[in-house]
Amino acid sequence: MADHGVNKGRRRFLVGATSVMGAVGVIGVAVPFVASWKPSARARAAGAPVQADISKLRPGQRMTVEWRGRPVWIIRRTPEMIARTQALPADYLADPDSRQPQQPAYVQGELRSLKPEIGVLVGLCTHFGCSPLYRPEPDAQAGDDHWPGGFFCPCHSSRFDLAGRVYASMPAPINLEVPPYHYLSDNIIVVGEDKEAG
Amino acid sequence: MASQDKTGGGFMKWLDARFPASRLWRDHLASYYVPKNLNVWYVFGSLALLVLVNQLLTGIWLTMSYSPTAEGAFASIEYIMRDVEWGWLIRHMHTTGASALFIVVYLHMFRGLLYGSYKAPRELVWVFGMALYLVLMAEAFMGYLLPWGQMSYWGAQVITSLFSAIPGIGEGLAEWVRGDYLVSSVTLNRFFALHVVALPLVILGLVVLHIVALHEVGSNNPDGIDIRMHTDDAGKPLDGIPFHPYYTVKDLVGVAIFLFVFCGVIFYFPEGGGYFIEQPNFEPANPLQTSDHIAPVWYFTPFYAILRAINFSIFGLDARFLGVIFMGGAIAVLFVVPWLDRSPVRSMRYKGWLSKLMLGLFVASFVALGVLGVLPSTPVRTHLAQLFTATYFAYFLLMPIYTRLEKTKPVPERVTG
Repeated sequence: MADHGVNKGRRRFLVGATSVMGAVGVIGVAVPFVASWKPSARARAAGAPVQADISKLRPGQRMTVEWRGRPVWIIRRTPEMIARTQALPADYLADPDSRQPQQPAYVQGELRSLKPEIGVLVGLCTHFGCSPLYRPEPDAQAGDDHWPGGFFCPCHSSRFDLAGRVYASMPAPINLEVPPYHYLSDNIIVVGEDKEAG
Repeated sequence: MASQDKTGGGFMKWLDARFPASRLWRDHLASYYVPKNLNVWYVFGSLALLVLVNQLLTGIWLTMSYSPTAEGAFASIEYIMRDVEWGWLIRHMHTTGASALFIVVYLHMFRGLLYGSYKAPRELVWVFGMALYLVLMAEAFMGYLLPWGQMSYWGAQVITSLFSAIPGIGEGLAEWVRGDYLVSSVTLNRFFALHVVALPLVILGLVVLHIVALHEVGSNNPDGIDIRMHTDDAGKPLDGIPFHPYYTVKDLVGVAIFLFVFCGVIFYFPEGGGYFIEQPNFEPANPLQTSDHIAPVWYFTPFYAILRAINFSIFGLDARFLGVIFMGGAIAVLFVVPWLDRSPVRSMRYKGWLSKLMLGLFVASFVALGVLGVLPSTPVRTHLAQLFTATYFAYFLLMPIYTRLEKTKPVPERVTG
C-alpha cells in the first residue's frame, strides 16, 4: 500500500457496514429468545372439548367445568331469573343485543344460550380475567336498585346479568364470552366444539 | 498520598500496583465529602442497600428448597415453613424484607422530592433511581406469584391481563408474557427465572449506576446548596465531611433502629397484619375460582386504585385501556420530575407555599389511593379514587407552572446545619 493517507470515506463505509451487519445479527439472535416465550406446542395442544353432565344441576344452581384451563360455568336459570333478565331495560347494559363477537353465531338473543334455561359462559371477567362470583338473587348486591341477580367480579366490581351481559359503565368493556358448545343429549353438553364439528 | 503510605505495608503496596483498592476506598468512602447537614431523611438509601442484601441472601437460601412448578410450589413453601431448619425465619425475612424495601424506598423517594435531589446536576441519579423502582416493582410482582396461593394466582392473572388491554396486539402480548392462555405452570417457571436470575442482575447493575452517578455529582442536602462552591486551599469542601467514618457511623444508628422494627415484625407479626402476606395466599391457587376479595400487596395499591378509578372512556379509548394508560402514566411521570420542576431553588425550605401545598396534597393522595386500593370498591370510593388520581397527577403536571409562579426565599451561601 503506497498510499499512507487515511481514506475516511472508505473507513466510514466499513464501520457503517459492519455495524449494520452486527445489528442484523443481534436481531437475528434475539428472534428465538423472544419467540421462545410464546405458548409451547404442549400448551396449544391442551385445548380439547370437554363434556358436562347437567342432570344433577337444579334450577338456580351453577356448575363449573374446566376447558382450556379456564372455568366454564353452566347455570340452570329459573323462570323468574329468565323473566328478570329479559325485563332488564336496555340502557342498563353496555351491549344488550350482544353485538360484540363474544359468542358463537347460534346463541344470539337476550339470554345468549341455545336453551333459555341453560346458560353456558366462560367464567372470566372481560376486564382483567378474574373469575366473577355468582350472585343470582336480586338482593345479594346491596346499594344497587337495578340488580337483577347475576355475576359480580371481586377484583374491580364489574357486574354482569344472568346472561353474562355487562352493565353499562363497568370496568369490563364487553360481555362475558360464550364458548362454542352443543348438546350431545338432553343432559350432556359438549363445551369447546360447534355442533357441525362434532 | 499520606493515607496510602500509612496503610501501605508490603501487601497493600503490592495490591495497589495491581488493583485500585486504596483509591476506591479514598474516592468513595474516606475522602468522599458529603454535606455535614444531612438529617434523618438521608439514612434510607443505605437502608435500601441493606434490605437488598437481605433479599439476595435469603432469596438464594429459599431457592434451595423451593420448587417452581404449579404442582409443587405451594407444597414447597409449606415444606420451607415447617420442615426446613430455620426455613420459617428465612422466608419471613424475605417476605418482610420485600415490604421493608418498599417502605424505605418510598421514604427515600419522598426525601428526593422534599429537598429537590433530582434537580441539576442530579437528574441521572434520579432517573437511575426511578428505573430501579420500576424494576423493583417487576421483581416484587413476579416474586409474589411464586408461593402459588390464591392471591398470587389472581394477582398475576390481573397484571398479565393489563397487556391484553392494548388494542390490536394486546391478546397476543398477554399470551406471550404468560406463555399460555392463562397463568399456568409455564408462567410460574418463567417468573421464577426472572425473579431469581434476570431481574436481580438488572437491579445490581442499576444500583451501581445510581451510586456512580451520585458520587460523580455529590449528595444534595436539606438546604439544596452545592457544597463544592466553598472549598479550602486543598480543595476540600468547607461544609463537607468524609463519608467514612462520619456517615457510616450515622447510618449504623439508622440500621440499628431499623433492625429493631424489622425483627419485631419478623418475630411477632410476620404476616404484617395481612398486608405483608395476604390471607388468600394461605390457600393454594385455584384457576377456577377467584377469592372474594382481590387486592395487590400494599405497595402496589396506589397504582391499583388509579387503575380501578378509571371507569369512563374518553377519545374513543375504552375504560380498560385508559386505566392501564393512567396507571402507567402515574409511574412514567416520576421519571421526568427533574424537567418539570422549574424552581430556581432545590430545597422545599426555600420554595414557596404553593410547592409545599402541592407536595402535601401529593403525599395525601398517594396514601389515600393506597388505602382505597386495599378496600373493596364501592361507588363512593370510586369517586374518591378519581379525585385523588386527579390531585396525584396535578402535583406533577402543574409543577412547571407553580414552581415558576411562586416567590422563593433567598438561599444562604453556606449550609445552615
